[in-house]
Amino acid sequence: MKKFLLSCGAASLLLLSACGSKTETTETKKEEAPAAAAPAAAPVDDANAATVTGKVAFSGTKPTPRNISMDATPACARAHTTPPKSQEVVVNDNGTLRNTFVWVKAGLPDKQWPAAATAVKLDQKGCMYEPHVFGVMANQNIEVTNSDPTNHNIHPQPKENREWNESQPPKGEAKMKSFPRQEVMIPVKCNVHPWMRSYIGVVNHPFFAVTGDDGTFTIKGLPPGEYTIEAWHEKYGAKEMKVTVAPKDSKTADFDFKG
Amino acid sequence: MHNVWLHRYTVLVAVCTLFLVVAGGLVTSNDAGLSVPDWPLSYGKLMPKMEGGIFFEHGHRMVATTVGMLTIGLAIWLWRSEQRRWMRRLGFIALAAVIVQGILGGMTVIFLLPKPVSISHACLAQLFFSTTVLIALFTSAEWKRRLPMVEDDGAPGLHLLAAAVPLFVLTQLALGAAARHRAIGVLPHVIGAAVVMGMILWIVIRTLVRHSGVAPLRRSALCLLVIGVSQVFLGVAAYMSRIATVDAPQPMAVMVTFTVAHVAVGALTMAASVVMTAEVFRNVRRPLLDMRAGAAVRA
Repeated sequence: MKKFLLSCGAASLLLLSACGSKTETTETKKEEAPAAAAPAAAPVDDANAATVTGKVAFSGTKPTPRNISMDATPACARAHTTPPKSQEVVVNDNGTLRNTFVWVKAGLPDKQWPAAATAVKLDQKGCMYEPHVFGVMANQNIEVTNSDPTNHNIHPQPKENREWNESQPPKGEAKMKSFPRQEVMIPVKCNVHPWMRSYIGVVNHPFFAVTGDDGTFTIKGLPPGEYTIEAWHEKYGAKEMKVTVAPKDSKTADFDFKG
Repeated sequence: MHNVWLHRYTVLVAVCTLFLVVAGGLVTSNDAGLSVPDWPLSYGKLMPKMEGGIFFEHGHRMVATTVGMLTIGLAIWLWRSEQRRWMRRLGFIALAAVIVQGILGGMTVIFLLPKPVSISHACLAQLFFSTTVLIALFTSAEWKRRLPMVEDDGAPGLHLLAAAVPLFVLTQLALGAAARHRAIGVLPHVIGAAVVMGMILWIVIRTLVRHSGVAPLRRSALCLLVIGVSQVFLGVAAYMSRIATVDAPQPMAVMVTFTVAHVAVGALTMAASVVMTAEVFRNVRRPLLDMRAGAAVRA
């Protein structure tokens, strides 16, 4: 019996170490270093700046928004008079898609665009993230606040930036956070309330927008050039489009996502 | 001399450990593993407000603490009252395992669920539960009662088969944990299920056909069969419920129920396989030993 126990133990330890080492390489963390230094970008000449506008249409069967059950946290449930809906797919009344992140993916000169000085606010209100999708520049501050009378944890899950997970008590002090590397998109979740999701698009330049309740977007101040514009949606993925703008030009780039 | 209270205590430890496995399964299935960002305290307290994911994560920590305390008691009791030295050692092995398991659990929180650590935490949970079940078996009155050993000259040897089955089951549990923590896809786990079920059927049929007259062997074989078959059905149900609720904004009760049941019955499958192995080693004479004994007599 002693031999049996010893051999079982040894074999189990071997197996355990084997199964533990399988995925070690996938967990290597990226260094928290800014992207390679590029020369500072000269301010875009307003007189020559171009604009790209467009809308993100939705075609196909409009999905029924799913109800979220917040019963597990009474403080969350009390914040809503009607059952809150999932924000994963929000189709506007005019048939456009809300919460689509549109940005200039390629074509900009290799310059370093200074991060915007103002912080972008990410609030936890009614146990939902507000806004659901937003963009920031690399190194631009994100001010995370908790307007709820309950604990939250904020847990961004980037691949290119450093992952972190911090708690924030009810009406707690705001947290200032930033991401140094471009990454589209970074999911943010609250593990206390698993329905809470937000997505942050971190880009090296200021040329991005998020569609709102009319499904349109505007990217202003572009230097003349040929660009790849990408529209990203959390459920329907990403689509690209080439756009060439001349000085003072105004171009349209419409996207369409099928349901 | 049989210590009935020690045996009852070991059963209590095993039952609490199964409950701990269920609590751990609830944490993962509810995506609550990082709902408490600090460790060993929770939100800087011993007792945070138990709501949302905190209920599952902190609840898991509370059950784990209880099982840890019970295991300390078990190790001390075995050390003080057991005549068998290997049993005293087994008590300390269980204690070491529960301590390592606690540290692994803390590491999953501090290092944000690194896959190797999370998978090791899941694997060690199964091994620890099996250890507590074995301790309960070894302290039972029936285990101490000597039965005449039976012969088995089949090929491969029943002992080899009995030693292989728990290793196959543990490998399958590791594949399941790896799939659950998204280190691999589900396919290896599905293939593993077929292989393990084949192994279980092999040893069960072999035992029932040849040794159904030996009550401990018959009982452990039937137990392994029922648990193994249930586990396959629960695996299918867990997978189907996950597919059906993939678009849900939060973990749905049907998915959580089937998945946690699959995790718990997985632990039972592992435990049933090691009990089967122990019973084979105890009740079946090894042909090799017979040959050696015969050679010694002739010499």
